[in-house]
Amino acid sequence: MAYSEKVIDHYNNPRNVGQLDKAASEVGTGLVGAPECGDVMRLQIRVNPETQIIEEAKFKTFGCGSAIASSSLATEWVKGKTVEEALEIKNTEIVKELALPPVKIHCSVLAEDAIRAAIGDWKKKNGVAEAAEAAAAH
Amino acid sequence: MKIQSNVAVPAGVQLPIYMDNHATSPLDPRVLEAMLPYLTNKFGNAASRNHSFGWEAEQAVETAREQIARLIGATAKEIIFTSGATESNNLALKGIAEMYRERGNHIITQVTEHKAILDTCKRLEKQGYRVTYLPVKADGLIDIDDLKRAMDDKTILVSIMYANNEIGVIQPIAEIGKLCHEKGVLFHTDAVQAVGKIPVNVIADNIDVLSLSGHKIYGPKGVGALYVRRRNPRVQIAAQIDGGGHERGMRSGTLNVPGIVGLGKACEIAQEEMTSEAARLTGLRDRLKAKLEAELDYIHVNGNMEHHLPGNLNMSFVYVEGESLLMGINDIAVSSGSACTSATLEPSYVLKALGLGDDVAHSSIRFGLGRFNTEAEVDYVAAKVIDVVKKLRELSPLYEMVKEGIDLTKIEWAAH
Ligand SMILES: Cc1ncc(COP(=O)(O)O)c(C=O)c1O
Repeated sequence: MAYSEKVIDHYNNPRNVGQLDKAASEVGTGLVGAPECGDVMRLQIRVNPETQIIEEAKFKTFGCGSAIASSSLATEWVKGKTVEEALEIKNTEIVKELALPPVKIHCSVLAEDAIRAAIGDWKKKNGVAEAAEAAAAH
Repeated sequence: MKIQSNVAVPAGVQLPIYMDNHATSPLDPRVLEAMLPYLTNKFGNAASRNHSFGWEAEQAVETAREQIARLIGATAKEIIFTSGATESNNLALKGIAEMYRERGNHIITQVTEHKAILDTCKRLEKQGYRVTYLPVKADGLIDIDDLKRAMDDKTILVSIMYANNEIGVIQPIAEIGKLCHEKGVLFHTDAVQAVGKIPVNVIADNIDVLSLSGHKIYGPKGVGALYVRRRNPRVQIAAQIDGGGHERGMRSGTLNVPGIVGLGKACEIAQEEMTSEAARLTGLRDRLKAKLEAELDYIHVNGNMEHHLPGNLNMSFVYVEGESLLMGINDIAVSSGSACTSATLEPSYVLKALGLGDDVAHSSIRFGLGRFNTEAEVDYVAAKVIDVVKKLRELSPLYEMVKEGIDLTKIEWAAH
């Protein structure tokens, strides 16, 4: 299979590889996928409690080149966004940016899931979920 | 972090390196040389009986038949030319099933066969034949007792491959052949990966029908042969391609003379060089294995290493996904059992038959060493694989979790 240049670039130079302290209150962790499916992504964000801006994002991925590239791209995209803005990121945008072929679309879905899972974890830790829902109810 | 960095390329090593010789092998220059006249001025049809062009072609075909027969301990008359082992396997199974239908309808094979056997068996099942697919043990070998138990009075054919194309495991062929002959059951073997690599003898091994292919033994693609025993027992095969009645009526079609000449020459070379080549490839294979094992943890070899082809090494690099590893070593041609590299998006059914979990099957690489690989290439491949595996593990959440002592089987993964 031929990879797009952007996939190769992210694969070769993955951005924001690493780990944040899971236990920290300002950190949200998303672990998605399954080893037997051939891909597992862990995406972590550190959110500024004042501004709700994602100031740092880290990832580690077990998976094919497209899975690595999708998660690497996801960390780049969430950084600097507020959590609500980050939730707007769609897997189709990842597909487009990386020119993923149809058989690799699940990699982008997994990356979107990872963003949502990380934000969900952070919200849970910080009791934001109720606040957001309460706000939405107004 | 950079996944692909520059691992020093030893002097004399040309990139990319081809180390996928189970998929196909390069043409030996000596084979090409033997073929060339038959691609140019010696173009005759081997079936033309009334002029020198035909005689010349026929002579060349008969020489090739001798060369092939000699390599497997057969006689020239027992060799039927085909377009390759896929056709040989189809002809053997369908031809025997059809011819012996009155005697019985039961066929025994095993789960790790090549698709050319498995899919042929599936078609025969649709036509009313009964097929038993024997399991393999964790090391890839079948259990002879399973075979004994599977045989009944309707069994007409056993088809067990000589050596596996993914894991290189060599089945106890002589033992299987002996059992089949005791029971009066025909024995076919897909010997594509074994012929020319290890000693194969149809008499000593009690083989009745055997498939082989040119392009796995440094010969041309699109040519193969089927050995069909003529005595004790005389095997009969119903033709699957009708026409001019070539190849004793078993396989019609104008013979691929240059291909056949190449196949014959490839067999001759293989016979002459087998002993030294096998020793050299075993040495290279063990060198590669030792280097990888010295530097990497959580790796293991797939398949029994004692009953094993010289040039094969199938390894799982656990917690690294196979396709991402191939991407990192893209100046080396090998293959992976990862689902991502297959058309079906399923991990290798051969590895799964050994009882490997999908996660470990996804992490496997097959190295196929061959005649033209060198020690310097092996050293480069080892260094490159070690480098990329280490980096991909820095990137692997699974490796990190295991290193922290987390039991991955206890995690509730959200399968997708
Ligand atoms: C074990 C085995 N059987 C059969 C085949 C098919 O051979 P051919 O390519 O000559 O049709 C192969 C090669 O892919 C093989 O490895």
